[in-house]
Amino acid sequence: MTATSKATLDQAHARVFDLDVMSLRELNQALHSLAPGSNETAWEVLNPKGNHSVAVGVDQPVSIDVRGSVGYYCGGMNSGGAITVHGSAGPGVGENMMSGSITVKGDASQYAGATGKGGLLIIEGNASSRCGISMKGIDIVVHGNIGHMSAFMAQSGNLVVLGDAGDALGDSIYEARLFVRGKVDSLGADCIAKEMRPEHLELLQGLLDRAGVTGVKPSEFKRYGSARTLYNFNIDNADAY
Amino acid sequence: MCGIVGLFLKDKSLEPKLGAMLSEMLVSLSDRGPDSAGIAIYGAPSSNEAKITIQSAKPGSDFRDLDTELAKALGVPVSIAVKSTHAVVRTRPDKIDEAREAIQTLRPDVRVMGAGDVVEIYKEVGLPEAVVDRFDVRKMTGTHGIGHTRMATESAVTTMGAHPFSTGADQCLVHNGSLSNHNNVRRELIREGMTFETENDTEVAAAYLSSQMAHGKNLGEALEGTLSDLDGFFTFVVGTKNGFGVVRDPIACKPAVMAETDQYVAFGSEYRALTKLPGIDNARVWEPEPATVYFWEH
Repeated sequence: MTATSKATLDQAHARVFDLDVMSLRELNQALHSLAPGSNETAWEVLNPKGNHSVAVGVDQPVSIDVRGSVGYYCGGMNSGGAITVHGSAGPGVGENMMSGSITVKGDASQYAGATGKGGLLIIEGNASSRCGISMKGIDIVVHGNIGHMSAFMAQSGNLVVLGDAGDALGDSIYEARLFVRGKVDSLGADCIAKEMRPEHLELLQGLLDRAGVTGVKPSEFKRYGSARTLYNFNIDNADAY
Repeated sequence: MCGIVGLFLKDKSLEPKLGAMLSEMLVSLSDRGPDSAGIAIYGAPSSNEAKITIQSAKPGSDFRDLDTELAKALGVPVSIAVKSTHAVVRTRPDKIDEAREAIQTLRPDVRVMGAGDVVEIYKEVGLPEAVVDRFDVRKMTGTHGIGHTRMATESAVTTMGAHPFSTGADQCLVHNGSLSNHNNVRRELIREGMTFETENDTEVAAAYLSSQMAHGKNLGEALEGTLSDLDGFFTFVVGTKNGFGVVRDPIACKPAVMAETDQYVAFGSEYRALTKLPGIDNARVWEPEPATVYFWEH
């Protein structure tokens, strides 16, 4: 092992963690130990090799470049960090994100952005099933396609999909907004296509701008959301219980 | 939870390393299941020999002189290679069913792990590292193989409850998930004449596929049938004499990642399992779609 592959503060002020040399716990502990206003604002993680929980619980506005593919829960609970995964992400990337951003250069596995309360999650490849499940305010932009049961019970926030959506999109959705540019295999219970009004086109343009998407117009998307028929118990359905 | 792996080689130059590669993949998923582990390796075919992998809780007494006793009973040469609690019995291919019956008569406590022209199956209680060391799996050569590390849900933590399950010649299966209609399917298969060693749900899935293939379906068609006939959660990885297949149930909550290069097709419950494979950085890596059958044959 060379000294440079250990965690060092290098010339470019990026603090480098090589997970072939350091433990995941050391990385996450170092991130959690950052004091507000710290000058260590640029981090680089080498050899993640599918490890779980890389950069979970970040709560300072630092940028973290992860060079490779990660396993479960990368960037979970992120609060203010700008995390970029230069590879693909396993299940639960950005789960319960509060604020900040996570960009996945490759694909994301199931339940990307699950229960997220804020911040921006960008998947440059495809996302798998249950993308944005139970989202609570997060914005998610997927350049490719999303799998089945995405935005299940989504409560608030925006899910933007440049490609196609799988079966049962938005099943039992509350007030999240779903924008899909391609085809939707099927809509889940109580999810319907909705009119794209000027305020939605404006909102969507803002999301595309924040996600760095160019050459795509908001008018190419359809909007989906809740029909709000499941909000209250319907006495006519009593026989079903 | 459970962790499953599979490796199907296209490049013959990797065949001497199959055991080492598959062992590495399985060990990397140890924290997905600490209860038991198992591996099936498909070795080089031989025109004049078939194999039965057997297991015993008291290998010292059960395996002693079993070759000579079997040879006498069958009237043909029999060899036995003992590896810890397992042993591989080799004899003429046309004598393999007779040999299996003779083993049960001569040594009633010995359990058959699997049989066929090429497959060898090793499984025991314990962590993957301990299991691959115990059976010296890293030194094994072959064309393809599958492995499993178990976190038990549907039946007891025993050697026989470990995966892979084999219910037909050179066929075996590993499973992540749990089936909810296995008792019904087991009853139907018993009526067809199939026999079961355990109460385990995965053994039912293996027997279902064996039954389908015995009815003339190929591996792909048999896997297609699981989507309508088996209820529950599953990601299956299946090996046959010359094939390797993968299928996930329509809900697909059990994780799966695949990688393909000119040299191999690999499966792992997680990407972690694939990171040490040659050329992985340039491999096509994807997540198998739900309710979609993937299979490769040599």
